[in-house]
Amino acid sequence: MSLSTETQNQPTGSKSFGGMQARSEAALNDARVAIRNLDFFYGDNRALKGINLDLPDRQVTGMIGPSGCGKSTLLRILNRMYSLYPGQRATGEVLLDGQNIISDAVGVNELRAKVGMVFQKPTPFPMTIYDNIAFGIKLHEKLSKSEMGERIEWALTRAALWNEVKDRLDKSALGLSGGQQQRLCIARTIAVRPEVILFDEPTSALDPISTLKIEELIDELKRDFTIAIVTHNMQQAARCADQVAFFYLGELIEVAPAAQLFTAPKHPKTQEYITGRFG
Amino acid sequence: MSLSLSSMPHPGPRKDAAMAARLGASRKRADIIIRTLCIAATVIGLVLLASILITLFYRGFDALSLRVFTHITAPPGSEGGLLNAIVGSLIQSVIGTAIGTPIGMLVGTYLAEYAKDSWLGNAVRFVSDILLSAPSILIGLFVYQILVLPFGGFSGWAGIAALAIIVIPIVVRTTEDMLQLIPNTLREAVVGLGAPKWKMIVLVCWRSAIAGIMTGILLAVARVAGETAPLLFTSLGNNAWSTDLSKPMSSLPVTIYSFAGSPFEDWIALAWAGALLITLGVLSLNILARTLLRSRT
Amino acid sequence: MPTEHIVRSYDEDLRKLRDMIARMGGLVERQVADATRALVRRDSDLAGEVVQRDVQIDQLEREVEAFCVRLLALRQPMAADLRLIIACMKVSNDLERIGDYSANAAKRSIVLASLPALGSMNGFERMAHLVQENLKAAMDSLVHSDADAAERVWGADEPVDEIYNGIFREMLTHMMEDPRNITAATHMLFIAKNLERIGDHTTNIAERIHFAVRGETLPEDRPKGDNSAFAVVRVPGE
Repeated sequence: MSLSTETQNQPTGSKSFGGMQARSEAALNDARVAIRNLDFFYGDNRALKGINLDLPDRQVTGMIGPSGCGKSTLLRILNRMYSLYPGQRATGEVLLDGQNIISDAVGVNELRAKVGMVFQKPTPFPMTIYDNIAFGIKLHEKLSKSEMGERIEWALTRAALWNEVKDRLDKSALGLSGGQQQRLCIARTIAVRPEVILFDEPTSALDPISTLKIEELIDELKRDFTIAIVTHNMQQAARCADQVAFFYLGELIEVAPAAQLFTAPKHPKTQEYITGRFG
Repeated sequence: MSLSLSSMPHPGPRKDAAMAARLGASRKRADIIIRTLCIAATVIGLVLLASILITLFYRGFDALSLRVFTHITAPPGSEGGLLNAIVGSLIQSVIGTAIGTPIGMLVGTYLAEYAKDSWLGNAVRFVSDILLSAPSILIGLFVYQILVLPFGGFSGWAGIAALAIIVIPIVVRTTEDMLQLIPNTLREAVVGLGAPKWKMIVLVCWRSAIAGIMTGILLAVARVAGETAPLLFTSLGNNAWSTDLSKPMSSLPVTIYSFAGSPFEDWIALAWAGALLITLGVLSLNILARTLLRSRT
Repeated sequence: MPTEHIVRSYDEDLRKLRDMIARMGGLVERQVADATRALVRRDSDLAGEVVQRDVQIDQLEREVEAFCVRLLALRQPMAADLRLIIACMKVSNDLERIGDYSANAAKRSIVLASLPALGSMNGFERMAHLVQENLKAAMDSLVHSDADAAERVWGADEPVDEIYNGIFREMLTHMMEDPRNITAATHMLFIAKNLERIGDHTTNIAERIHFAVRGETLPEDRPKGDNSAFAVVRVPGE
């Protein structure tokens, strides 16, 4: 796992911005993931049309748009989740570290170690909290017991969950609350030390307080990880994202820094969508 | 959408008292008729069931004694028990389930995880469902044709094979159903971490579905423990003590079948005792299965 | 806006906000007009009315602001809606200032009415006329969401500044001619300055409307002609 340790060793201080300022003033970083002329098909149905989009390094890209606009589809291309299902295929390029990750030349399991994903509903595995975190690590690394313990503590701490669960690591993860389960899933994802984390509507099943905790966590995590988040909640995109992309009917209509897109969008469709004038 | 409440002549329920009374009366009549029919059907069903159980318990407990568990079947008039039948039933059910369960689980897993919408998957599912509802005597005849006739005799193995064939479709169905209950996002979460598919199935899916699958297995055991027809042509029954699986082997249902039809009072009594034992066994397995399923949810 | 909001009451809220601002704008326009008339005709009664009416404007400003805060909190507006609401909030602020300047001018014209007339009022009339025209054009551009009209208003303040410069020099001359003119001339100078400030606030309003409609800010260097500051003190190197 040379790739995931690389992100770990990079100095993070120089590029870390504090919350709002980073979003409203600082320019976008260089692209970590570059999407070029991407098309996606469910059978014969073209669900994404010629997408070109950069995910800036260690910043948050928010993806918004009405249901069925292709934003979740795009997210699921980035870790090739679509390959689970027959009849779905992508053409074009998605470049991560110079490799086209949608080509078969890149092993899908290695790719998923680099690109982690957090889902809409919390998905704790039916095992202990400890084993939940260890599960992903064991897939890719051989760690001694003490190293494993350290890694698990690190991941749970980064996910702001350590203090709540440190005394019950050997208890079933299913006993945690919804918000805790979601943070457990985030911990499980970052425990593998990916480069990119994909969030697919991570708070749509959570109450407002748990939602804010997840958002704070995302703000915190972008110091080390490049993040893409799909959300139906525009205020959430406004709060979390540095860059926001608006999708409509399988096309990328507009992408801009969050402050610009939400105050003065260029495209009339974007304007109609974010002001609530659709249909 | 321009309809507004105020534009309608009578907002809210009608105020015509006579019509309301007429409507109310006819509705009440219909309600009474339907309710009476339902209650009558329930009472008939319950009475039948209760009389079966009461008779069974009355005659069964009457015939039940320690001798039933310590002596093997004996000619009429001499002090016989059901020991060989109980042990034979246990052996055949347990081994039959042990053989049928892994096969059933693997087939169910194949259907749920690998061949959801494939042609082969649909074919297998269809055949398995037919097998599930096929008369069990057919299975007995089938095993008789391929295991009893060619190998020159009835045997415990043939009985086990017949029971295993009955177990398989039950376990296939519950395994598939339970795996399908697992949300796809959980699967995606596992492979999203970079896990190969087999690890996803073995380490997470089975573990999530285990309570449901166990329930299915227990129900399968309960089902085969009471099967008579497939054993008539396979393990036949044996009035002597035998744990040799290559010889004919006794079992509770077959013993009940032959004893109950006999003219001898003590055999008939033993048949009642055996029936009671099977009923209690199946009942406790069902209760166990339900508890398991409830603890899961 | 080409289409309506999915939530219709939102549209009603925004319409109500526009109505409030339009009403406030109308009231302020009348204040400027009446203050000018009171000055030119030496009508102290009219001036008194202007001073009293200022309370209504202050009240309206508070209402607009409260309504905007409510909209921000409850509707969480985005993009054009957000810009409109912010613009309305700030425009109401500018209008309130314009109202204050009018009331101040009216107060001074009451004093002036008791003093002997000083020179001609032509400059004041022309200046007030220009200012009123611009203010009206600005409010119209808000009602019609017309960014081009707003931009024209934004660029049309220069003549106002020039007239102000003329009045400034004229009043200096009066004061130098006869020290007994100083009281009247000072008041008139302040009134001229008030009118000039009203012109500046009008350009602010135009800027906000332009931003609300287009989403872009106008350049910082607005054409300006007020160089009265240099009439007394010459900046070295000028």
